[in-house]
Amino acid sequence: MRITCPVCGERDRREFHYKGDAVALNRPDPDAGDAAWDDYIHTRDNPAGETRDLWYHETGCAAWIVVTRNTVSHEVLDTRLASDVVRGAGKRGGGVRK
Amino acid sequence: MRIEGAGLIDRDRRLNFRFDGRSYEGLAGDTLASALLANDVRLVGRSFKYHRPRGILTAGSEEPNALVTLGSGAAQEPNLRAPALELFEGMEARSQNRWPSLQRDLLAINDLAAPFLGAGFYYKTFMWPKSFWERGYEPLIRRAAGLGALSGQHNRDVYEKAFAHCDLLVIGAGPAGLISALTAARAGADVILVDEDVRTGGRLNAETHEIDGMPGREWAEEITNELLETGNARVMTRTTVTGAHDQGTYGALEKLPPDVAARAGAPLETFWRIVARRAVLATGAIERPVAFANNDRPGVMTASAVRAYVNRWRVATGRNVAVFGNSDDAHRTAADLIAAGVHVSALVDSRHHARTGLDVPFYPGGQVCNTDGRHGLEAITIATAAGTEKLQAECLAVSGGWNPAVHLSCHLNARPVWKPDIAAFVPADGAVPGMWPAGACRGEFSTRACLVDGIGAAVDALKDLGRRAPHMDVPRAEDAPCGLAPLWHVPGKGRAWLDFQNDVTVKDVRQAAMENFRSVEHMKRYTTQGMAPDQGKNSNIGALAVLADATGRGIPETGTTTFRPPYVPVSIAALGAGAQGQGFAPQRLTTSDKASRRRGAPMIEVGLWYRPSYFPAPGETHWRQACDREVRLVREAVGIADVSTLGKIDIQGPDAGRFLDFVYTNTFSTLKPGRVRYGLMLREDGHVMDDGTTARLGDQHYLMTTTTAAAGEVMRHLEFVHQGLLPDCDVRFVSVTEQWAQFAVAGPKSRDLLNEVLDHTIDGQTWPFMACGPVRVGGIEGRLFRISFSGEHAYELAVPARYGESLFRDLVSRAEGMGGGPYGMEALNVMRLEKGFITHAEIHGRTTAFDIGMERMVSPNKDCIGKAAAERPGLTDPEREQLVGLKPVGAVKMLIAGAHLFDKNASAVRENDQGYITSVGFSPTFGHFLGLGFLRNGRARHGEVVRMVDHLGEVETLCEVQAPVQFDPEGGRTRD
Amino acid sequence: MTRLAARTPLQGLLSLTVGDQTVTEADCGFMTSIAPWRGQDAALSEALKAAHGMSAPGPGRITGREGARAIWFGQRMILLAGPAPDPSLAAHAALTDQSDAWAVARLQGPQAREVLMRLTPIDLRDGVFKNGHTARTDLRHMMASITRLGGQSYQIMVFRAFAQTLAHDLQVAMEGVAARHEG
Repeated sequence: MRITCPVCGERDRREFHYKGDAVALNRPDPDAGDAAWDDYIHTRDNPAGETRDLWYHETGCAAWIVVTRNTVSHEVLDTRLASDVVRGAGKRGGGVRK
Repeated sequence: MRIEGAGLIDRDRRLNFRFDGRSYEGLAGDTLASALLANDVRLVGRSFKYHRPRGILTAGSEEPNALVTLGSGAAQEPNLRAPALELFEGMEARSQNRWPSLQRDLLAINDLAAPFLGAGFYYKTFMWPKSFWERGYEPLIRRAAGLGALSGQHNRDVYEKAFAHCDLLVIGAGPAGLISALTAARAGADVILVDEDVRTGGRLNAETHEIDGMPGREWAEEITNELLETGNARVMTRTTVTGAHDQGTYGALEKLPPDVAARAGAPLETFWRIVARRAVLATGAIERPVAFANNDRPGVMTASAVRAYVNRWRVATGRNVAVFGNSDDAHRTAADLIAAGVHVSALVDSRHHARTGLDVPFYPGGQVCNTDGRHGLEAITIATAAGTEKLQAECLAVSGGWNPAVHLSCHLNARPVWKPDIAAFVPADGAVPGMWPAGACRGEFSTRACLVDGIGAAVDALKDLGRRAPHMDVPRAEDAPCGLAPLWHVPGKGRAWLDFQNDVTVKDVRQAAMENFRSVEHMKRYTTQGMAPDQGKNSNIGALAVLADATGRGIPETGTTTFRPPYVPVSIAALGAGAQGQGFAPQRLTTSDKASRRRGAPMIEVGLWYRPSYFPAPGETHWRQACDREVRLVREAVGIADVSTLGKIDIQGPDAGRFLDFVYTNTFSTLKPGRVRYGLMLREDGHVMDDGTTARLGDQHYLMTTTTAAAGEVMRHLEFVHQGLLPDCDVRFVSVTEQWAQFAVAGPKSRDLLNEVLDHTIDGQTWPFMACGPVRVGGIEGRLFRISFSGEHAYELAVPARYGESLFRDLVSRAEGMGGGPYGMEALNVMRLEKGFITHAEIHGRTTAFDIGMERMVSPNKDCIGKAAAERPGLTDPEREQLVGLKPVGAVKMLIAGAHLFDKNASAVRENDQGYITSVGFSPTFGHFLGLGFLRNGRARHGEVVRMVDHLGEVETLCEVQAPVQFDPEGGRTRD
Repeated sequence: MTRLAARTPLQGLLSLTVGDQTVTEADCGFMTSIAPWRGQDAALSEALKAAHGMSAPGPGRITGREGARAIWFGQRMILLAGPAPDPSLAAHAALTDQSDAWAVARLQGPQAREVLMRLTPIDLRDGVFKNGHTARTDLRHMMASITRLGGQSYQIMVFRAFAQTLAHDLQVAMEGVAARHEG
């Protein structure tokens, strides 16, 4: 498996650490309530198809990356820096789209 | 036998080899298979289940019968395919699955019991009684039905792994692959061309075809040379692509030439991971046999193999050879044999309309329906409209058509597509992203069609790469159609083999269908067809056709089973290359490593680090003696321990304090420069992630320490919090674990020792408990932290790592002069137990700040990671298991980590479980074992006696519940 | 008062010659990680140029020369190798001394790339990993920094504590490559 790091370019999967669903970027307010926090921490979709998750370029440049990929075809559709996604800059056109 | 004429062998270089103890002679260029056939050795193995005599069927890596073991002792390697083994001087090969010998195999009695051993016999016969399976049936079956064996010894052979990258990977160096690679290389693309054979050319090496007026094999050589001359092509022979994986990654197994592999330090095999931007699949096709009664006798071979042995190795596979087929391809075999001077006793063509110009006994519309012979083929029976006829033949060349080698195109889950004109499957379009099939693997069987297709695939791939394709002239080559009429099975009495390697017959497949295993996946598992090492390369399509027939469906509706990697068997040694001994995992060694080992300290692994367990002193015979002594020397004098392995993270920036307040439960923005504070870190789910001390070195400068094992995880976490949650927080951090060598100097005499070592003296006023700051050691700038993990007056002294070894030796020798010395992990563990300090044995991922009694460290005045979740009622329920100390109070004095706790009089069953022990150690200070553990509502149960039960070691101990901290609970010794 | 003796990370482990390849320990002088503050990248580059004569390298690149080099070292990080960092840099970046943190080896020889292909998954082809290119990557499970210094010359950095493993892994790879190229 190959992942395109927005900083380093295409690299082997073994350089990356997998965290899980990119929903981890949407941290609720401290007082958002149990339901919101429960969702944030525990509730995950398990799609057959497109999914967004977080990978860390651990033995590379140390960037956290939002990877959009297809769980059926294994196609990697898009990668962009988590910091850009959080700032909003990465929502459109800021990523590496294949 | 060897015949006259020029092949791809060197008649001047004779090679001696042995097979089953007998000496033979072969030639350079031979495979083991061609050399055995040249020596008229036809019987080479016994079949898997029935122990039927078997001979060489093919001339390639798909060989199902001729499996041999090479070498002996630790280097013994079983299940190697004789046609894929390059002969070398001194080769020692042995046949397999026979006892006592290949000629007289006593287990051949299985063949007589065949009526009871058909499809599904395992499931029907050995089901009852259940207990017989493990001790009785399974070992018996394994002995009777088997392949070769490993030696069981440690193999010291070298294997290797490597990575390669290219613009275009061309898989297969036949005509399609060669021209494809050349097209791409001429366009300036980086090309890797791989082929499992020892030379490029593919089928051209086995045929008499001409290309552009020259023999095919010479054309192949010319193209290969031209390819290499471009400077941007790498040609990897002896290399089999074993798998197609995600994003253009391919696995490939390279076997080194025997003479290279014999050199010192040379690997036997290299497992490549090839990353290709685009690929051309030019794997060719595999000829399939026809099922008829007793079609498995030694001497029955695929026609393409017979042709290969004659043309390439100049070996006649028998004194008289009969040819049987269902296409024009069979005629080609007969023609090549005649041209080579081999007697052809019959040409049997199942097509009624077939014609031949060859001067041979010709049987149009005929079928071979049976064979005779004991250890090898002696005669065949031919059925025609006129009746049956028996005919002498030492070899029967069978051609049932060709199956494109589509395997790699299916590795990413695509299904192949049925192509009726060749009665075979071809790769689906876009089966593997970025891969173009070309030539015979796409059902293009003539040489010209392969060349056209090869160019076309390269042009498409180049276009996809954004490169301009050069103009390529298609070389002149034969363009004959194959004219195939499908023939899968010749009806008749007697067992007709489909899967030679797993002994599966037509009858077995029909029986599976009859018993309603109609899905091809079910049939496969019920009969074991296609589950042998050849993965059904020779039998899948034939078995499928028989199943389709038995279930009244067409072949495309019946579908295929799934082809999975690896395409050929790959030795575990190649996959795990380099991981033996020191190569298993990187070793992270402290600067004091050598000095510690020189003192005889056994090392234990913590993550990738190696740390000393204890330092044995003269006269000590047990580790406990050393451990007890080391605890005492710290408690009474001064001890030295290397603590460099703890993670150290340098944190700077205007927002550093704010950032730390968010990742720690407690507050660091209020910490004064020059001071250290203990911090607790939670995961977002409210459970403890890690703990450690963080020092404030300057106004915007902190130094965080983590536990040794969690250093990587914490770094990842900090990066996540920064990049993913607080991207505008102006803070920077970097690991400095490796920059500093850091040593604990612990014990009542620690300050005295430091005052000998430091350039300036320190005292309690300037260096109170939890102070930190710069110091100088022999003129070198270091850092000093007054912190303690032992409960003693203690410090940690850090210097740049280059001075680590020197400082360790100096500290230890001075400590010894004061009645102290070095201490290891065992003593460190005992002392922290006496103090009730936690490690990852306690913060093991399922415990909260509440559980370990630190809920007050979660600041109410700010948000932090894990705070919201930690406040959930379920995580603060008093009935949760809480951290407690334990000591033995009954007759048994032993505590065991991992043992469970029960009420004193309750039975030790799961329902009564009250908790468990996480850490234990013998405390020389108290003279008994101490433990830490988790007990339901434990903080309210100090003083209560509970029962510890270790169900594994069958140990029971009565323990008194107590506070976790037992030694100096007020902390006076630490602060003084 | 005590006197401390210094040891280099690869002391006693390198140098090593196997076949046509040689690997030696490199002394890079001071090594300082430089992490620019928010919005300070351009200013840092100017300060670097003024103080040390090289601009800040972009991702995957190095600047400067032998003896005074800036090596791109990760997202928002540069490693200054050679001179002690000029105090003026501190206004634009977090500076952290890393002089003792890394084992630095130089691999040279006509098959140096073949050796590295056995250790790291990155694309080392001439057209991709050119002179002056650098990468943070994995070297047999170790975090590494690999820089191409010349046609047949690479600089390899791993954590100091991995020095012995680096020497071992290099030796095994060099032996495998040398055996293929014998004779």
